[in-house]
Amino acid sequence: MSDMHKLTGAYALDALDDLERARFEQHLAECEDCRAEVVELRETAALLAETVATPPPAALRESVLAGISQVRPLAPEVRRTAPDHRAGAPAARGRGWMPFLVAAALAIIVGVGAMVTQPWATDDSGDVTKLTAAEQVLQAPDAEEVFLDLGEAGRATVVRSKSADKAVITTEDMVSAPDGKAYELWFIDGDTFTSAGVMPDVADQTVVLDGSAAQAAAVGITVEPDEGSKQPTSDPIAVFDLTEAT
Amino acid sequence: MTDVDHVRPVPDGAPQGAPSGGDATRLSDLLRQAALGDEAAFAELYDATSARAYGLALRVVRNPAHAEEVTQEAYLDAWRSSTRFDPARGSAAGWLLTIVHRKAVDRVRSVEAATARDETWNRETAPVDHDQTSEAAQASLEAARVRNAVATLTDVQRQAVELTYFGGYTHTEVATLLDVPLGTAKTRIRDGLIRLRDLMGVAS
Repeated sequence: MSDMHKLTGAYALDALDDLERARFEQHLAECEDCRAEVVELRETAALLAETVATPPPAALRESVLAGISQVRPLAPEVRRTAPDHRAGAPAARGRGWMPFLVAAALAIIVGVGAMVTQPWATDDSGDVTKLTAAEQVLQAPDAEEVFLDLGEAGRATVVRSKSADKAVITTEDMVSAPDGKAYELWFIDGDTFTSAGVMPDVADQTVVLDGSAAQAAAVGITVEPDEGSKQPTSDPIAVFDLTEAT
Repeated sequence: MTDVDHVRPVPDGAPQGAPSGGDATRLSDLLRQAALGDEAAFAELYDATSARAYGLALRVVRNPAHAEEVTQEAYLDAWRSSTRFDPARGSAAGWLLTIVHRKAVDRVRSVEAATARDETWNRETAPVDHDQTSEAAQASLEAARVRNAVATLTDVQRQAVELTYFGGYTHTEVATLLDVPLGTAKTRIRDGLIRLRDLMGVAS
């Protein structure tokens, strides 16, 4: 039994951090035994709620019912491409999500042209700007870059041009964020995090970061709720130290 | 496994641990009606589950105002994703409470992340009295069954399960709190849950 199988209990109790959870969800997609066990252990865990049942304030009922009257239930999932389409459980997104090696901010010169791979094919979210803007940064004479080899999680490069006041992140083979979460980009200057937008869930892409890049000391990535956050709600999983950029 | 309604009379001679198919089916049906836009069905589902949902949220986040927010968000999520509920994959109550728990845990963790930088924030760390449960819970036979099952766990299993489920701690944090290796914490959590599963007759 691999170590992963032993995580069913912790997973069912939401006791994994985002990184572990993503890794385990990747395992779940491939392990039927673990999927079955997780279903049972979640049911079991839910029974524990019985022992702390407390009637909520009456006003909550009105709020809930007023709330639902303004929202339509989601369209059902009609595309059943994988056996793991459980509500409330990791959706089968093909790829799981792996940790970044935060410390390994090794600056390596990478051929910029080779990094721009099919960036726009699957994205229409408006979170990214046009390729021309990316190209402007990538081809700027003062472009400097930090490359992170993220191991099994893929590779990512941040390129910043101070003259263009923009930065671009290019990912290759990057795994999806955990279910219900997204990667959010940040400009980091000391303790100040300024959101630079939410990354589309695409393995290979080039994204222009929102906002002014010239003064940033680093670019970070955190895992946030799908819609993004105004400030990070978790520690960065990757930091591109621009003072080390080449 | 069955849904467990929080006040549900069980006739004498009802098989212990047997799923009460009626309740589970009823909640499951309500959720499926909700998926078709039936707000009244959802209200009925709320009435049958809200004490558990709110009680769980309250236990994890501790602050009543936060618990209300978490509960409300969870029900709105449940309404929105009711179309994705698959009764073949577990009970409606289990599905709903999974959503509640996830939100409650996200809330305590993000509050900690957001306030870790704020020196003025002082986390309430006093342990909650495990015997201090609501009248509704006390009255529930199902709750008594669960409590009896929990009582058969070893102390270290019970502690590990409660710190994760009610405390909202990660298994790594639990290992640190209990000063045991991570592998030990993992094993206690999983073994404890598996024992409860077997005692409560949960099967998928």
